[in-house]
Amino acid sequence: MRNFSYLRATSTEAARRAAALPGAMLLAGGTTLIDLAKCGVAEPDTLVDISHLKGLDRIEIDEHGATIGALARMSHVADNAEIKSRFPAISEALWQAASAQLRNMATIGGNLMQRTRCPYFRDPSNFSACNKRQPDSGCAAIGGVTRGHAVLGTSEACIAMYPGDLATALVAFDATVHLDERQMPVDAFFLLPGTTPQREHPLEPGEMITAISLPASAAARRSTYLKVRDRQSYEFAAASAAVGLELEADGRTIRDLRVALGGVATKPWRARAVEDALKGKVLEEETVRQASRLAVEGAVDHGANHYKIELAPRVVARAILKMGEAA
Amino acid sequence: MTVHITRHGDASDGGTDAVGGRLSRVDGPAKITGAARYAVEQHLQGLAYAVLVESTIAAGKVQSIDATEARAAPGVLLVLTPDNAMPLKTASDWFGNTPPDVPYCPLARDIIFSGQHVAAVVAETFEQAVAAAALVKVAYDETPAIVDLNDPKAGDGIPIDAMTKEWGDASAAFTAAPVRICSAYTTPREYQVPMEPHGLIAAWQGDRLTVWEPSQWLDGMARTYAEWFAIPFENVRLVAPYVGGGFGSKALALSHGAIAASAAKMLGRPVKLVMTRPQTFTGYGGRASTRQTLALGADAEGRIQSIVHRGVNETSMDGMWVEPLGSTTAIMYAAPNFSSRQNVVRVNTVTPGAMRAPGENPSAFGIESAIDELAYEVGIDPLEIRLRNYAEQDPHTRKAWSTRQLREAFAAGAERFGWSKRTAAPRSMRDGNHLVGWGVAAGTYPVRRAYGEAMVRILADGSVEVESSSIDMGQGTYTILAQTAAETLGVPVEQVSVKLGDSHFARAGVTGGSRLAGVMTGAVFKAAGQALDELIGLALSDPRSPFETLQANTLSVRGGRIASPRGEGPELSIAELMSKLGRDSIEAKGDTMPANSTLEERYKNYTTIAMALPHTEGDYSRYSWCAHFVEVRVDEDFGTVRVSRVVSAMDCGRLYNPKLAESQWKGGIIMGIGQALLEEGIVDRRHGRIVNNNLGDYLVPTNADIPDIEVISVGIPDLHSSALGGKGAGEVGIVGVAPAIANAVFHATGKRVRDLPITLEKLI
Ligand SMILES: Cc1cc2nc3c(=O)[nH]c(=O)nc-3n(C[C@H](O)[C@H](O)[C@H](O)COP(=O)(O)OP(=O)(O)OC[C@H]3O[C@@H](n4cnc5c(N)ncnc54)[C@H](O)[C@@H]3O)c2cc1C
Ligand code: SF4
Repeated sequence: MRNFSYLRATSTEAARRAAALPGAMLLAGGTTLIDLAKCGVAEPDTLVDISHLKGLDRIEIDEHGATIGALARMSHVADNAEIKSRFPAISEALWQAASAQLRNMATIGGNLMQRTRCPYFRDPSNFSACNKRQPDSGCAAIGGVTRGHAVLGTSEACIAMYPGDLATALVAFDATVHLDERQMPVDAFFLLPGTTPQREHPLEPGEMITAISLPASAAARRSTYLKVRDRQSYEFAAASAAVGLELEADGRTIRDLRVALGGVATKPWRARAVEDALKGKVLEEETVRQASRLAVEGAVDHGANHYKIELAPRVVARAILKMGEAA
Repeated sequence: MTVHITRHGDASDGGTDAVGGRLSRVDGPAKITGAARYAVEQHLQGLAYAVLVESTIAAGKVQSIDATEARAAPGVLLVLTPDNAMPLKTASDWFGNTPPDVPYCPLARDIIFSGQHVAAVVAETFEQAVAAAALVKVAYDETPAIVDLNDPKAGDGIPIDAMTKEWGDASAAFTAAPVRICSAYTTPREYQVPMEPHGLIAAWQGDRLTVWEPSQWLDGMARTYAEWFAIPFENVRLVAPYVGGGFGSKALALSHGAIAASAAKMLGRPVKLVMTRPQTFTGYGGRASTRQTLALGADAEGRIQSIVHRGVNETSMDGMWVEPLGSTTAIMYAAPNFSSRQNVVRVNTVTPGAMRAPGENPSAFGIESAIDELAYEVGIDPLEIRLRNYAEQDPHTRKAWSTRQLREAFAAGAERFGWSKRTAAPRSMRDGNHLVGWGVAAGTYPVRRAYGEAMVRILADGSVEVESSSIDMGQGTYTILAQTAAETLGVPVEQVSVKLGDSHFARAGVTGGSRLAGVMTGAVFKAAGQALDELIGLALSDPRSPFETLQANTLSVRGGRIASPRGEGPELSIAELMSKLGRDSIEAKGDTMPANSTLEERYKNYTTIAMALPHTEGDYSRYSWCAHFVEVRVDEDFGTVRVSRVVSAMDCGRLYNPKLAESQWKGGIIMGIGQALLEEGIVDRRHGRIVNNNLGDYLVPTNADIPDIEVISVGIPDLHSSALGGKGAGEVGIVGVAPAIANAVFHATGKRVRDLPITLEKLI
């Protein structure tokens, strides 16, 4: 039997030290980690439980921005009145994610760290080839069932889609990920697969997310998260868009625009080309639709996921137009 | 064994306990409070745990199994492989056809699908068994697999002559018809995914076997276990007090059952084996994938001249599953010329199985889509074309319908739905970004009938017990049998307790084919009548009875009190009378079999389906019917389809309990929404393996996908169909939902989707 030890960390510092040991993993809400352990993907030797640590679940908001502790629950953040009014896209991304039960368990730190839903990744007993799980073992997905795989940011080693909703909204609004001793833009926190798909974050052993901070902005205040999927609820995105919009005083010219895509890329995907094409333009449907096509520049499909290239720009356009109407 | 004390529902029930009353599910409180203990939740001394090892290839041979490490792992009691498995005997099929005396091994050496059981590990704890199972090393000789119907190697398959239905000259009439359409329709592998996964606890005492296992057919499964282990039928006891959904998947004893029972015998300890969710996608079969082509020829007014239908379904390499694809096709419309044939294609899959309305469901997707296409081709309303081709009698057997309230269903549904406000042209109803579409389709399911048996016991305190080895998988057996006994005996329903789910109770056939309610209400009605007759007989004749001097012919019971019909003489409660008679109980085991039935016939009736009565027996053709009216909203940019309104009018004859029937219909409609929009087993064509074998990836509808569903009963009592006038209500609700949605999607978008499910990439 695969035994592992369970350690209930007494402080952040203790957690960090314990998690630095080989084979150790942090345990927050457990909704990803325990699932992956059951699939045989995660094989921790030590689980370092941080779920009860005090102080890491705070949500602090003022006119400059928000700081959300790594242990804040998805449901609490989604329900926070200040988050709803200053960062509606964050709240919407959260409440459209997973299910009510999962959101009540899952933490913000764990959410960022969730892993791909690639079915080959999740089934080691049937599919031995997976570069993400086992470097240089190959990729079982390429040539297989790819309906849910990424069309942006892929490599020959891995085409797995990053499934999280929250991080998509975070990259749109230039959030910062706070680790114990350093911090980095959320965009830099997610790595492209390249030749090393097993390495998803620039984290050193024992490094822990302590918080996420978001600068306040007019675009964040007028923002939305649009998630498109076959099932109305409890499904990962076929394509999603986090969009924030700020108009000039004339009420029609775009001053600031933030666009990020989910469900289509190997990491939360900021679509700067769309933003740049539209900033300074008058917000009109045709212009928006045209520019939104830039969201999938360079996209590569693997057959069954081709629809994502068609779909993603439409989701982006709808979200921008919706924000345009929401004066 | 479970006892339910029945209770009145709340005021909204209308307060009537008798047959036809809206009594709430009597097992509901036990289930929602967690008090209900399901089959594999029994706590047994010395329980060991078994875990399956499954093939990771779809075709080939097991070259060798190295279990050295697994055997040495902590807690391991046994590693079962084909080399050390107990010799079992092949059991008879569900018709009772006895096979030649050949050995049976539930573990495979020849691999014919991915996910086949090749070994099993039994250990002291579940975790130890899981860990050791991962250490079993299986080496294979792999050969190319035929992955599905579309595999170039699959070929045309085997013609199933028994499925051929032909009259007139269909191909000539089609060629001559002024209006013609011809299309192909496909449905994917779909899975029952009951909430409670399959599994069992097997325990031996000498040569007696007790199996706690969710089951839709205790007696049938007990027969299979008895035959596998070559022990008398009576030595097997199957127990399933509650069943957490079956949808057709729990009617037969399966190889994992043989594995667990073998392990229990070999170890001399009870063994528990529960499938993981992924294993439930390969441990038994879901609905076979199907392909149909339909050619419809009509005159200029849309009157069908000919239907030419060809169907194909997949089956496994070693089993023969026929999904009757021409079943709805042949009876829905009055076609003067008709031809339907069916082939079955062998592919590397587990043998498909029964799933809610096998046959009728995919069949309806074909014909009810095709007639919609014909309506547009002719240029008439989709409802009107159905009425123009209304079958006044069974077009296949030419017999009269026992009852067919389908015209009434169309009328009532259209009225409630507001069908007359529909604009004919596709894409003509829009609401912002949503294209709105209205669709209609009909459904049907035959009335499957069989004989039933029940035990009814009147106890000294005046309470009543009903016992039956039938089961309740959520459809309401506990409830309607209590209502039937209460009405027949004239006692309040709270006085009746029903015990189900033990094969040592009065016997019952399969809970499948929507037959149980009709069969069992009939049996309880009969047994309760016999018990009542005996009680009244004693009351009139026993010298200790106060009625003995009354010189009456009969007595009547109302509200649990017994008196002469005209009220002269005494009035006693049943308990008082029992006390005066000095009786502890009066019991009657009643069945609906012909009186001269032999023991062998009785055994066969309950343990096989060979004695089921054909739905077209005698002068009548017996079916349930329905008409679904559906509104969809399709996001024009995204291709996402949401069902925004459903009105369904149902003809299931008399309803024993309308509340339960409505739940069955709504459940079927919800499952139909899943079938139309979400459900599909996705095969990795290189490995012949289902990759979305879990509930995160195999999508069934959530509450957010389900709109308000209005169901209307248009049935009338049908005494040709059952003793109390009901027709089957469990399956018909799903039939026709998927085509109604596909038709609505066409109306919304102008795109005809002929392959299910209708996912967004098919519409953008
Ligand atoms: C069925 C299902 C559906 C889902 N659907 C969605 C969806 O639609 N959208 C969506 O966005 N998400 C979805 N999720 C994912 C869900 O949001 C994540 O599982 C959850 O957010 C993880 O949080 P947790 O606290 O439970 O993490 P855990 O499982 O405890 O941890 C996850 C990982 O993060 C690491 N970790 C945890 N905390 C920290 C920290 N502070 N610092 C560094 N590392 C840390 C752990 O070591 C582990 O590797 C779904 C999950 C499931 C099971
Ligand atoms: S796509 Fe990535 S995660 Fe999926 S099998 Fe290939 S390497 Fe593994």
